[in-house]
Amino acid sequence: MRMKSFLAMLAVTTALTVPGLAMAREVTLTTSMRNYGGDGAYLAYYVTDAQNKYVGSLWMAGGKTRYYEHLSGWYRATGGDTTQINGITGASVGAGRSLKVTVDLADTLFDAGYQLHIDSAVEDMRDSPNEIVVPLTSAGSGQKVKGTRYIAAFTYAR
Amino acid sequence: MNRSLHRWFGLIAAALLTVLALSGALLSIFPAAEALTMPAAQRVSVAELAARVRAAEPTVEQIRRAPSGQITAYYYEGDQPASAVIDSATGMPVGSGETSALERWLINLHRSLFLDDTGRLIAAGGAATMLALAISGLFLTARRAGGWRFVLKSVRGTGDGRLHAVVSRLALPGLFLSALTALWMTAAVFGVLPEGAGAPAFPADVSGNTGVALTSVPLFRETPVDDLLSLNFPATGDATDVFTLKTARGEAYIDQGSGALLAWSDAGWVDTVTRLITMLHTGHGLAWLGLILGFSALAVPVLGWTGLWVWLSGRRDPKLASAAASEADTILLVGSESGTTWGFANTLQTALSAQGVRVYVGPMSKFEPGRWLKARRVILFAATYGDGTAPASAKGFIERFGGAHASAGLPLAVLGFGDRSFPAFCGFAAEVARIAKDKGWASLIPFDTVDRQSPQDFARWGRRLAETLGLDFELNHQPTVPNTWRLPLISRRDYGASIQATTAILRFALPKTSLWQRLAGKAFPRFEAGDLVGIVPQGSDLPRFYSLASGLKDGFLEICVREQVGGLCSSQLIALKPGDTIAAFVRPNPSFRPARGGKPVILIGAGAGIGPLAGFARRNRAGRAMHLYFGTRHPTSDAFYAEELSHWKKDGRLTSVSTAFSRTASPAYVQDILREDAERIGKLIAAGGQVLICGSRDMAAAVAAVLADILATQGFNLTRLKADGRYAEDVY
Repeated sequence: MRMKSFLAMLAVTTALTVPGLAMAREVTLTTSMRNYGGDGAYLAYYVTDAQNKYVGSLWMAGGKTRYYEHLSGWYRATGGDTTQINGITGASVGAGRSLKVTVDLADTLFDAGYQLHIDSAVEDMRDSPNEIVVPLTSAGSGQKVKGTRYIAAFTYAR
Repeated sequence: MNRSLHRWFGLIAAALLTVLALSGALLSIFPAAEALTMPAAQRVSVAELAARVRAAEPTVEQIRRAPSGQITAYYYEGDQPASAVIDSATGMPVGSGETSALERWLINLHRSLFLDDTGRLIAAGGAATMLALAISGLFLTARRAGGWRFVLKSVRGTGDGRLHAVVSRLALPGLFLSALTALWMTAAVFGVLPEGAGAPAFPADVSGNTGVALTSVPLFRETPVDDLLSLNFPATGDATDVFTLKTARGEAYIDQGSGALLAWSDAGWVDTVTRLITMLHTGHGLAWLGLILGFSALAVPVLGWTGLWVWLSGRRDPKLASAAASEADTILLVGSESGTTWGFANTLQTALSAQGVRVYVGPMSKFEPGRWLKARRVILFAATYGDGTAPASAKGFIERFGGAHASAGLPLAVLGFGDRSFPAFCGFAAEVARIAKDKGWASLIPFDTVDRQSPQDFARWGRRLAETLGLDFELNHQPTVPNTWRLPLISRRDYGASIQATTAILRFALPKTSLWQRLAGKAFPRFEAGDLVGIVPQGSDLPRFYSLASGLKDGFLEICVREQVGGLCSSQLIALKPGDTIAAFVRPNPSFRPARGGKPVILIGAGAGIGPLAGFARRNRAGRAMHLYFGTRHPTSDAFYAEELSHWKKDGRLTSVSTAFSRTASPAYVQDILREDAERIGKLIAAGGQVLICGSRDMAAAVAAVLADILATQGFNLTRLKADGRYAEDVY
């Protein structure tokens, strides 16, 4: 039930960009990649709740569905369901580049045990599920988080 | 249609295909190098392998097996992610598990030209073009060979066209496979193919326990490493996670506490086929095939280059389009051996077309009166091959012409092309004219002949034709003399002056050519002993041909010339002093040279005919049996190549040398020593031997008669031998 309402919220908030709406705010996700010496990385951004249950996807960097199974955390949570990322898919991110995505996130997602996950994968290199797992909190906004394999740093800012 | 498709696709795509082919050829080396350095494969189960790897690297996250059998493990060193190739006997890391930067760069160039999806589509377009070229090229090869039956027989012809045909035939299977598999792989990347079942749904219920012994998981124990694609270990500290096993057969989730199989899905056929096709294309797992494809790919730049030259040289002598046989009012059929008669046909066609006459030009082998719906006259241009036989483009004409009735209202003219110095001057043309008369064909204009490509003879015939047709044209035929080179004489050896029959062995220097000239196709062309050199004497435009006694590899051009009484060219050649130059060009004669392989060769010649035979012996380094039978006048005056012959006999280039002298106390001709040696000659031919004869027409006829006798006792005949290319003459 909870998931349904979240999705409804996400749909509304991403569709509505009217300022002053109290229930949602623009959040900027900034991801800078290491020089890992490979092709463009696929990145899946998604949110889980306090019970570690998947609630929704925020962004998918990388367009070819046949590679999604390498984002194994996201794939496991969604069963590879591409309707989860309809309209929120972009290009893969090259080594040394960075990606900035702005999404509208409901205020209720913050300081309530929700976590933001990033799975990453690069062709012919190791898969890196849950490379970033960071709680969504007001205090965490603007704090740098380091990745383990491909991601040099990640921040979300409200 | 096929030809223009082949040409335009080829020209437009040549650069793209060259990039794809060269990068592909380089990429084919990697799987082979990997196969050489890979640890020996172990026949163990996944359970055993996984246990060994985890014992060596406790943080292991994933084990992958490449199609080549190479095992890679992904783990952590401290908190740094690491990967390594694993020796499956020990589970220990033995080398880097990363693809090298060079290989990755080449892969990206090869599949997408660094242009991502756009580039992939361009590369796929290249593959489709390659496929179209391979198929249209196959049809053209069949047509060039004279039918599908001959596609695998040795390629005829000369120069760039021949090189193009030879190389493409070798590379065709590889290029076809590469292009076809490339298209499938592109379709797979873009998701055009039906999707497989994918991973099974993630199990909602797990035991919640951890730490099952890898060696006690039934599925791991049952699965041999050879079937493994990848094994993912559960994330540390997540009791809800599972083992994920991917094999060629399907994908499974396994409980990390109990080892039980939680979910399974079969691999779809599309995935299985895609894996196979990827292996075929990349050579990963089939290194030898990869190398074959790589070598085949190297042919692409060669094919592009030679194809371009074939096209350019075709453009240099533009041919008028011929009217369709069913539309033409004048049918002009050509029987030509070396192609010179086609030049005359073009001159006539041009002149008639300018007068509004619709002319169909075709080979005499295309004698099909039933298709000539609007024809009002037939003209036959017939050259003669050898002793009066039909030339190449008139194969089967006599049979069809003799078997058909004369067409009413379709008058016919025959013009013969030949050389009066041959006994059977225009023999074939004369026979055609005789049959035409017997069959009752109406005569358009009387039978006539053109001697040695004489423009005057041709113009005279043309005036008569114009008069008969009531048209006003002049046939002004300029025989095309190829570009000539000035070659200086470097040495000469004279024989026979004492018996008033001067014969000289003349050696000319080859022009020096720069690398650029060679690349631009402007270098002195390749030639071998047995090819012909055309020499244009002063005071005539008509070249005279001599058989070459050397090849390009010898570094000089050598001929053996006997002075003819009143001969314009031979007397000029005999008068040359070292340093003087001649104007010369080369014409290939590929049917007259030792066949490839190690079968014995019998060389038979007399007089100046020794030239090409000496050239063959000079290049005979493989130690193949080569026997020379040679007739000349007198050992003191006419011992051509005497020093070389004794030297070559000593070092094995010649197995035997038998000489007949016709002006000694006991005169003998070359056919006499052949008869004496009948037994050996019979054996050599039975062993697959080849006979090459060079000299005068009379000598060749006498030799043929003796050989026919010898062969008859062995159950062979000359016709069979000739058809097999094992009996070739170069006579004058």
